Amino acid sequence: MSVTESAPPAPPVATVRVPARSWRSELRAVKIVWRRELIRFSKDRMRIVTSLIQPLLFLFVLGSGLQQLSAASTHGVDLKTFIYPGVLCIAVMFTAMFSAASIVWDREFGFLREMMVAPVRRGSIVVGKCLGGATVASLQGVILLALAGTVGVPYAPTLIVGVFCLQLLLAFSITAFGVMAAARVTQMQSFMGLMQLVVMPMFFISGALFPVTNLPGWLAFLNRIDPLTYAVSPMRSLVFAHLDLSQQAEAALNPGITWFGWKVPVALEVFTVFALGMLMLAIAIWEFNAGE
Amino acid sequence: MPAAISVTDLRKSFGEVEAVRGVNFEVEASEVFGFLGPNGAGKTTTINMLCTLAKPSGGSAWVAGFDVVSERDDVRRHIGLVFQDPTLDGYLSAEQNLRLHAELYGVERELVAPRMQQVLEMVGLWERRKAQVMTFSGGMRRRLEIARGLMHSPRVLFLDEPTIGLDPQTRNSIWGYIRQLQESEEITIFMTTHYMDEAEFCGRIAIMDHGEIVALDTPQALKEQVGADRIRIETEDDGAAIEAIRARFGLEAQISEGAVTFSVPDGEEFVPRLFGELGVPIRSVSLSRPDLDDVFMSHTGSTIRDAEESDGGAKARNRIAAQMMGGVRR
Repeated sequence: MSVTESAPPAPPVATVRVPARSWRSELRAVKIVWRRELIRFSKDRMRIVTSLIQPLLFLFVLGSGLQQLSAASTHGVDLKTFIYPGVLCIAVMFTAMFSAASIVWDREFGFLREMMVAPVRRGSIVVGKCLGGATVASLQGVILLALAGTVGVPYAPTLIVGVFCLQLLLAFSITAFGVMAAARVTQMQSFMGLMQLVVMPMFFISGALFPVTNLPGWLAFLNRIDPLTYAVSPMRSLVFAHLDLSQQAEAALNPGITWFGWKVPVALEVFTVFALGMLMLAIAIWEFNAGE
Repeated sequence: MPAAISVTDLRKSFGEVEAVRGVNFEVEASEVFGFLGPNGAGKTTTINMLCTLAKPSGGSAWVAGFDVVSERDDVRRHIGLVFQDPTLDGYLSAEQNLRLHAELYGVERELVAPRMQQVLEMVGLWERRKAQVMTFSGGMRRRLEIARGLMHSPRVLFLDEPTIGLDPQTRNSIWGYIRQLQESEEITIFMTTHYMDEAEFCGRIAIMDHGEIVALDTPQALKEQVGADRIRIETEDDGAAIEAIRARFGLEAQISEGAVTFSVPDGEEFVPRLFGELGVPIRSVSLSRPDLDDVFMSHTGSTIRDAEESDGGAKARNRIAAQMMGGVRR
């Protein structure tokens, strides 16, 4: 083989050995998986644009269109302002789901195997993936946040920080849900189908587009068991706290969630999202550990 | 130096099917060890067990001094893997793929950059390090995978069919890297292949068939064991020819790849007798010194290609189809 003879010999190497496993190596694994999500997101401009379309449709088309019908019952509040918190939620939902879907792609293109055989805990990979999905989705959320002025919401620092944190939490939980599903669903088409099946109903039922009082019994029930409800409600409370609303409007549009007549505190709502996210993360880690 | 790989009575069953039926072997440190056999012989299953990707159903295996079952992560830290199927992230650049690997394997930070340059230069991709992997050809991807498998300086590099689906030139350069590695690193290479000519480059080879190792030695020694020359004849009536060879010369012939094939110690002197005494018209004759194909045939009773056609099943057929599409059908 002439190739061998003509190639210059490689310089002698200092032997590199992989250091013993420690929490530091796990952290490095989490960080690099997280960074990969960011790199991929930054290279995929198409995705940034496409996942903005749906929230913008809801906000400006649905919001402006239905305004004429609902003016009487919103107590002077623009419908766009009312659904803005819901749209802040859905904006991160879609992006988070897409991030989770990349696990299915990774499996199809073999890259998942590279991560699964690495000498780190599978949990580190899953956590990195969820954090990456959450970060990417929240960055997307920031674009929506920038539109606050167009729907009459002020750019108050407390509002911006609060919304960002809530989006981060919601995106993390949604990604965890997606990753959990992706552990089982190995076909991209099935995964996308599942997402449609879960995400759209969750969004519609959550109260992102309507106040959650005086709903018919069946819808009230579905609304209370919809996890997204517990993200939309604090988001709305946060946005409304920065608006100058009448008592009536506040009561009609942001009644808060009740469990059998007991008004659920905002902190508990937020905690519910967090707890569900953690539970799904745990299941996702368990599932990936169980796989060979 | 202790053995790089030590395997005792290793077994793997999938339900009723015994894919690996108790294999034993040792691979010395710094050796290039080849696993040769048709698709479906149990090579990949064995390699998967050694790489901790599959749990053995029985027996034991030690890689780089660690037990593949009870010390899984230690094994993984000391091995590099290049799979048959690609496992690169096409959206990332070559450099980013290697960096990601280095981070996952905990390579010391100050070693990442020099090591990356070294392995990329070795496979001739240093100039292309910033390019997205999805723009790479199949051969470039395989070279990048080899570079990546070396990033963390493994003790043992596993290559599962490293040259499958590649053009002859790329195959040659991959063999070039493997030889170069042997000179420049303390590394043991364990590879599977079903290309007989490539197996010649290995220090030792194990021939696997139906889940068992049927022969294990240096390629030279294996060929010497066969001893005989191989004669292939095309005749007007193959059945009658086989009969006649048995009756007149006491030799066992088989039909292989469409020709009557048999082995005989002094082929050159035998050919004139064959024409004189066979009694069946001969259209063509060819004589060859023993090569690994003959070794394989003497141990398994068929050539590797015949074996693949008969029992490889759908998986093998798909792979052959993939090879044909890759234009490497030889």
